[in-house]
Formats: sequence, structure tokens, C-alpha cells
Amino acid sequence: MPENIIEIRDLKKSFQGSPVLKGINLDVEACQLTVIIGASGCGKSTLLRCLNGLEVFDEGRISVSGISVLRGPARPHADRDYHRLCHQLRGQVGMVFQSFNLFPHMTVLDNVARPPMIVQGIAAEEARANALALLEKVGLKEKSGLYPEQLSGGQQQRAAIARALAMKPKVLLYDEPTSALDPELVDEVLIVMKELDAEGMTQLVVTHEMRFARDVAEKIVFLSEGLVVEEGDPARIFSDPADPRTRQFLRRFL
Amino acid sequence: MNTKSKVQGPKSKVGVRILNLRNLGLWTLDLGLFIAALLLVSAPLRAQERPLAWGADAEGGAPYEFQDPRDPAKLVGFEVDIADAIGRILGRPMKFVQNQFDGLIPGLERGNYDIVICGLEITPDRSQVISFSRTYYVTYEQLAVRAANSSTRSLDDCRGKQVGTLKASLAQRLLEARGDLGVVSYDGQINAYEDLLNGRLDAVLMDSIIALYNVAPLPQLKMVGPPVARLEYGIGIRKQDTELLEDVNRALSSMIESGELRRILQNWNLWTPMCAEFFGDHTVGAVPPRSFQQFVKSRTQSVSGWQAVKRYTGYLPLLGKGALITLELSLLAMIMAVCLGLVLALLRLYGARVLRAAATAYIEAIRGTPLLIQLFLIFYGLPHIGIRLSAMVAAILGLGLNYSAYEAENYRAGIQSIPKTQMEAALALGMTRLQALRHVIVPQAMRLVLPPVTNDFIALLKDSSLVSVITMVELTKAYSQLASINYDYLGIGLLAAAMYFLIGLPFVRLARLAEHYFSPAGRAMAVGGKQRQAA
Repeated sequence: MPENIIEIRDLKKSFQGSPVLKGINLDVEACQLTVIIGASGCGKSTLLRCLNGLEVFDEGRISVSGISVLRGPARPHADRDYHRLCHQLRGQVGMVFQSFNLFPHMTVLDNVARPPMIVQGIAAEEARANALALLEKVGLKEKSGLYPEQLSGGQQQRAAIARALAMKPKVLLYDEPTSALDPELVDEVLIVMKELDAEGMTQLVVTHEMRFARDVAEKIVFLSEGLVVEEGDPARIFSDPADPRTRQFLRRFL
Repeated sequence: MNTKSKVQGPKSKVGVRILNLRNLGLWTLDLGLFIAALLLVSAPLRAQERPLAWGADAEGGAPYEFQDPRDPAKLVGFEVDIADAIGRILGRPMKFVQNQFDGLIPGLERGNYDIVICGLEITPDRSQVISFSRTYYVTYEQLAVRAANSSTRSLDDCRGKQVGTLKASLAQRLLEARGDLGVVSYDGQINAYEDLLNGRLDAVLMDSIIALYNVAPLPQLKMVGPPVARLEYGIGIRKQDTELLEDVNRALSSMIESGELRRILQNWNLWTPMCAEFFGDHTVGAVPPRSFQQFVKSRTQSVSGWQAVKRYTGYLPLLGKGALITLELSLLAMIMAVCLGLVLALLRLYGARVLRAAATAYIEAIRGTPLLIQLFLIFYGLPHIGIRLSAMVAAILGLGLNYSAYEAENYRAGIQSIPKTQMEAALALGMTRLQALRHVIVPQAMRLVLPPVTNDFIALLKDSSLVSVITMVELTKAYSQLASINYDYLGIGLLAAAMYFLIGLPFVRLARLAEHYFSPAGRAMAVGGKQRQAA
């Protein structure tokens, strides 16, 4: 029985009265690469952002490696515990953004080395050595002295992955990591993710790269209108989707 | 005669230490340290032998107290001689404190100095607020017109004309009471006589001794008409200082008896039959009016090119001293404004509702009221509720508090222009909001706000001239004092303007360098070459 590192139960979230997540239930197994697919506006990004507290969800429960955040209609919106727990959540969860969001005033090395120094109080030398090792892993060791704007989009996204990894998260979330990239730069990012998967990193990826989802993911989750419609083995979902909505969505990619 | 016009002690060391703080991001945290330093600065300087501080306005000019044209660092005048004599008789060193004339009594009340010797007329109004010593000079108001004017022989001929006088003087009240002529009030006597010369005024009514010193050196002017009114000068003392009043009266009486007062007045050519009558001293064998003659000579002397250069060089130490105070004051005020402004901006953006409202209210209130009034409130107003600050501290606080509101808005604009995703990325990495602000948001905003902050520093540098109203002798005050005694508003004015410009220049350059350094492109240059790849 594989261990579930993320458990999401009946997660609800609405923006100004219009529901975006209507009761998501989802388990993510450790050491797996899970891909969430779905049409624009189906709630994929919101789901990810709820997982590390960038969005405040309305109802439901999120557990990440033992840290459980619970919210219900009975509990007031500004819950003190909630913010404390979210902060703890973020200690477990790394996030890679569509637009990289590297810190432009720091070198690539500092982007990776400084956050652990600031947040975890790691000594500068150790943080720097870790950062260099991670940058080497994503193929950016020789770029470590440059500033983000001197890198290509693909390089920036790889640096962002290294930055997220530097915090030693249990799970890495990706919010459309290749959508802002020129097509020829997409693969260098996907290769890094594939390598991480091979090393046993737990990854939860929102993406439109269907080829990548089919070839690399251990599990596909299809979201439609704020609900998990279908989930399972990529081979099965891509060849024989059970739900008509999944079939409709995947038609273009099959 | 060597009373120095230096008011404030040197505090530059503190300033330098504060400037050394390298990390901009650390500024907020060092605010406490800065305030501690401020308090240190404000600690009163206690002399061993209690000096007697006397307040006067050196800009009032000759013959009261003015900078010696031959040595601008030295203060001379018949009241300087009287003050020195009083100090000698009472066995207390005299300390001169500069204050502008219409602030002399408030300054006395708030304890900036112990006595006022500045041609203060004994009036019933003033006597209600302060005590006066016995009279040390008696005189009258004297009308002066242009020499070519033969139609004006008395005040009655001035109907419908423009008549100049000194602000807050007996002459001003006399003229205003008439109601049949235009009254123009001046801060300094020189400006009034200059305006008479260049035709802006038709006549000037001032205390006869002022008329004497301004008309005698100028053949284009003449005194006309009989003495108007009669006035007596007394030394102003706080009502509660009855012991001091007795001391001062004792000193004056002994000066009158020994003839010392007469000799001082004769030396300055001020001993009139009216005085002889009043003091009952009809001694013949007068002291020659040396100081008066020297003064007239210094004013009428024409100056050759080389002498002019020498003269202007002579002004530099005094202007330089004023410039240093301006610089020190502006730097400390700006550091305070920058730190406090950052706190205000952060409160306004991220604070709890109450704090946010308070910060907004503060910013709006400060921006919506004149700096001049804020300075008056801090310096003259706060003592009413028991808070007495030195002029330097009040000036720094006034300017710093005022500019902090503007800096807060600069920061707010800067911080708001940093994309929200930067905060999200920092939070997602597990930083607290405060850590994200300090390490991610503020350093980026810093670059954006550098140009407007530099701009504000230059503006503050120039606004610092306003603090002369709270007795600070900074560059502008030094200029107007020098100009008024040397009758040279043009040359010295250009000199002072050049000094402001030179003070500001390095900061503009520095800001440009910093801006370049903080910009990603600048840094990219610093780490070597353009290795930017096509994205």
C-alpha cells in the first residue's frame, strides 16, 4: 500500500461568490509524478495555490505529510491557526511558478542559497555549497554568478526549480511550468522534472504538455469545473478515458 | 567683544556614525539606534560656570549687534559692549544666542536664553509678559527720506506715501495707528533703507540710532523732521527670574554711575542730549566716536578687485560654518525621514487596520500643513506641554517628520510597483511576510525610489533654510546676516547659492551611481559582460 503524502478532502473555494473548487478529493502518492490536466478555468491553479496557502480555501481539509489544515463554514475566515498551519505547510511544499518569479536583485546563486539562510538559518557556506550542487544538477553551475534577466526562460525555470529544491520540500508543485517558454526551451525543463522523478521526488504538476504527461506521469488527474472527474494511470486515461468530458478534452491530443 | 555667534555645539560625529550604516534593508531595525543617538544629541550641554545667555537678532544690524565687517566671525555693537560689561560686573561669562527679532520674547519664555538685549522697547504690552530692567537707552523715532526729496519734512507730509519700518517695533504701531499712509514692515533695517534708496519707499521711520547708522554713510539719504515719540530700551527678563532682574539692574546702575554706559554710547556716537538729561550725566570731555567712524568708513570705502576677492574669502568661514550646519541638519533629517518613511509605508500597506489608518492620517496631516508651522509647533509649542528640545533637535525632528510623510509615499509607490508574484514566491519559499519584505520587496523598491528620494533630499536641503526661524544659524541665516552687515545681497547671495549647489551636487552624483548599481543592468555589468541570451 503506497503512502499518500497529500490528502485533499472536499476542498471548496469560491471567488466572489462563484465557486471554483466544488469539493475536490485527491490523494497524491509519495515519490510519484502526478499531473493535473483540465481546461483553462477548471480550478487547477487554484488547487495548487490552496496547497501552499497562497489562496485561502473556504472549506475542506488538506494534509501534507502529516500537517493538516482544516476549514469549515463554522470556522471564521481569519483563523489564526490557519495562517500558522499554512506557514508550516509551506515548509513541506515547494512551488514552481509559470513566470519563474526569480528575485531579480539577486544572482542565480543567491536566489538558491539565500532563502534557506533566511528561512532555516542555514550557514552561508553550507547554503552556498548546497545551492551550487543543485545548480549543477539542473545544469546551471556556470551561470550561478549571473542575474536572472541574463538567463533564458528555460534557464530561469530550471533555476527556479533549484531554488524550490533548496528548501528540501517533501513535495514540489508546478503551476504550468513551461507555459511561458518558447517551444524549443520546454524540453530542458521537462528533462529536469523527469530526472527528479527518477530520483524519487514527489511532484504535482499542472501542465498542458500532454506528451510529457503521458510519458512521464505515474498518475493523471483530470479536473473539470472544479471537480476531479477522472484519475488514474496515464496509459489508460490517454487510450480509454472513462468520462465523456475527459474524452472531449483529450480528443485534441489523441 | 568676542562673543561668538555660535549657537550649537558640534555633533557631526553622531551623524557620521549613522551614515555608516551600510545595509539599506537594515535601516528600519536601526531606527531605534538612531533615535537613541538623537536623544544623545539633545542632552543639554552644561557648562561649569553658569554662563548668562543673552538673546538678540544679529541681523538687526548696526549699531546694536552685528558682525564686524573686518572680521565677520566677530560680533560687535553697543549692546555687545553692554552685555560684556554686565557679564564682567556679575562675574558670569556671556553667551550670545541668535534669534530673529519677532521670536525674541517667545524664545526667552521657552528658556533659550536668560535675557534679551536687542533694542527692546519698554511697552505696556511687553511688560505684561516679561519684566524689563531699568532703561539703558532712551531715544526717539526718526524719519529719513531721499536727499533729493524736498517736499517731505515730517510724518504729516507722508500721507498716501509708502513708509518703511521694522516689524514689531514702536514705529510700526505709530505708523499703523495713523492709518493715512502705507506701512511696509521689514525684518532687517538695511532692506528698508535699500528700498528707500531704490525708490520702493518714500520714507523710513525707525529708531533714531538706526537712522543715524543707515543715513550717515549714504549721501543719497537724509534725516528730516522733529523727533517722533520717545522710547526706552530695557533688558527683557522672564517674570519669574526676579533675582536675575535685580542683578541686571544692579549692573546697569553701576555702569551708569561709573560713566561706563556713557562711554560705550559715546564710542558708538549714540550719546545724545536726551540721554544726558535722562541719566543726569552732563560730563563734558567726550569719548571720541571711534566705532561709529569705523563703521561709516567701512561702508563708504570703495573696494578694489583684489580687496573684493579678499573680502569674499573672508566670508567663507562663516558661510562654511552655516553650510556645515545645513548639511548636518539635512543629513540627519533625511536619515530620519527615510527610516520613518519606510515604517510608515509598510504600516500603510501591510499594517493592521488601526495602524494603517494611523499611518494614513499622519501622512495626510503632515503633508497638508506648512513646514513652517510644524517647526513653530515643535520649537515654541511643545514647551507648553513640558517638552523642550534644543534648536538642532527640533530642526531635525521638524524636517525629518515632515519629509517622512513624503518618503512614505515614495516607498509606497515603489513597493506597490513590485509585482505581487515576488511576494508570492517569497511566501511560497516559507518566508514570513516580514522576511519577504526585508529581503525581497524592499531591496527592489529601493532602486525605484532612489530618484524621487534624491530629489526630496535636494528639496530638504533647501527647505532647511526655514529652520532659521527657530534660532538655527544655518547657511541662509549666515548669508542674510553677512549680507545685512556688508550691504551686499548680490555677491554674498551668489556665494551662498553656490554653496547650496555644491552641497547638493555630490548627493545627486551618489544617487546616480547607486541607481546604476542597484539596477539589474548595472549589476550585470559588474559581474562581467553581456552574457544575456535570447529568451
